[in-house]
Amino acid sequence: MSDDPQKKMTPYTVPIGPTHPALKEPVMFTFQMNGEQILKADFAPGQTHRGIEWMGMRRNPVQIVHLTDRICGICGVSHSLAFARAMEQIMEIEVPERADYVRTIIAEFERIQSHLLWAGVAAHELGFDTLLHLTWRVREQAMDTIELLTGNRVNYGIIQVGGVRRDFTPDQFPAIEETLQYYSDLKSKLLKIFLEDKTIQMRCRDCGVLSYDDALKLCTVGPTARASGLNMDVRVDYPFAAYGDLAIEPILPDAYMGETRGDVFDRIVVRLLEVDQSVDIIRQCLDRMPAGEVIAEPKLAKLLNQFKKAHGEALGRHEAPRGEVLHYVRMDGKEHPTSWKVKASSYSNLMSWIPMLEGEQIADIPIIVASIDPCLSCTDRVAVVRSGERGIMTKEELHRLSVEKTRRLSA
Amino acid sequence: MKLTKSFNRSLWAFHFNSGSCNGCEIEIVAAITPRYDPERFGIKLVGSPKHADILLVTGPVVKKMRDRLERVYQQMPDPKVVMCVGACGTSGGPFYDSYNLDGPVDDVIPVDVYVQGCPPRPEAIIHGVVVAQQKLERLEGEKA
Repeated sequence: MSDDPQKKMTPYTVPIGPTHPALKEPVMFTFQMNGEQILKADFAPGQTHRGIEWMGMRRNPVQIVHLTDRICGICGVSHSLAFARAMEQIMEIEVPERADYVRTIIAEFERIQSHLLWAGVAAHELGFDTLLHLTWRVREQAMDTIELLTGNRVNYGIIQVGGVRRDFTPDQFPAIEETLQYYSDLKSKLLKIFLEDKTIQMRCRDCGVLSYDDALKLCTVGPTARASGLNMDVRVDYPFAAYGDLAIEPILPDAYMGETRGDVFDRIVVRLLEVDQSVDIIRQCLDRMPAGEVIAEPKLAKLLNQFKKAHGEALGRHEAPRGEVLHYVRMDGKEHPTSWKVKASSYSNLMSWIPMLEGEQIADIPIIVASIDPCLSCTDRVAVVRSGERGIMTKEELHRLSVEKTRRLSA
Repeated sequence: MKLTKSFNRSLWAFHFNSGSCNGCEIEIVAAITPRYDPERFGIKLVGSPKHADILLVTGPVVKKMRDRLERVYQQMPDPKVVMCVGACGTSGGPFYDSYNLDGPVDDVIPVDVYVQGCPPRPEAIIHGVVVAQQKLERLEGEKA
């Protein structure tokens, strides 16, 4: 210890970010550390602000639908669906029943690819790169099916106000069935790899705990909330599209594990089981899918004309892979909305980082940060300010610390 | 492609997100995972710009990220090649009229290879890397 009172050893500050080169959202973290332990955590998002709402209020709803695709590249259908549902309520458009089923099937395929993507990222954060490559390989099957059905791998562009832009053709159904069978067969293998592996148990059990009360108070949504025992799912609580016709139960970790601890492990359990749930939902949809039109107003010029007469406000909601997305739209008889507000699912979940991170070790930061699925897959640079000296920690070093902890525990 | 004498090492890429929607990010990661597996040719993503030969830039460069993009570019050793991945980095794309953009990317740093698409397919990204490698070989050859 130094005698100089200015050179106080603890707590020292570890800033991380904001440049996270492989991430969707660059976020700046500041940690107050005592040795290896996190005393306090803080973060500052907002580095990817593109002014989408502002741009949307200068475009017409048909253009906005394609802008909503690009709010998040992983939730390709969630934002479009929530926005389209808000518009349909304002304009009192009745969506054809077949379109509802097409929307549901695409949304569930999106959930499959998104959860597998997350599982791979989580494995990577633990230093388990074999599993990253395995999950991303099996994820390509869902990407192929989405491409077959919508024409795009990412940013599907299938939703339109009043329905969908593309119907399924009879020759596509065998391919869908094949994909569903592929994931059904894979279920036990994935569960075994993730849940019975000793390394994952050691790193994730009782790590990054979010209690039931904190999850409720911080208004978390989606798998993050369900992993803490909150029984909530927009698909069940406020059914939309075809979800009202289907038998769905929110997935809670105690159904599979016998107890709810609200840790990183429980979040893995919930997401893996939701992959299987999505397969089941798509099967139910295929059994019930009615024939008919897929769009209420196929002529765009007519639709644009209707926007100019629309008055009113509405909320559109959807259960995205990360939780509830909410779009508020107000139309005042102009071609473009007077007001448009987007609440994405990660926005609700970010605050839960603080109770999760406090008290944990620095090597656990990557997996805890990734566990709420902000796709914060790696951190570029960490500057450690310790006793006046300034050292730079790269994302690789942080990753190395995480890998070393895994090795230490396995030894 | 045969490696020339002038460029005789594996090609490492660094990925920088300048405010992208994540579509290009997941396609870049998809491009390095087993379906395409460019790592068998030595191409991989690294965590530090100081180790990289190629800079993959995604996103339309929002105001907060401009300074960081410049700093990352300056940290890369010569010879270096910049690849702009996606429509929004090339021209602003769907965000062309936003108030918060300092982009497109070539307004901030010089770009050598443009990969089009919103987002581009993994095959297109890998093709872009091959084109970038040809340019790197030429740069290295000129240096020698």
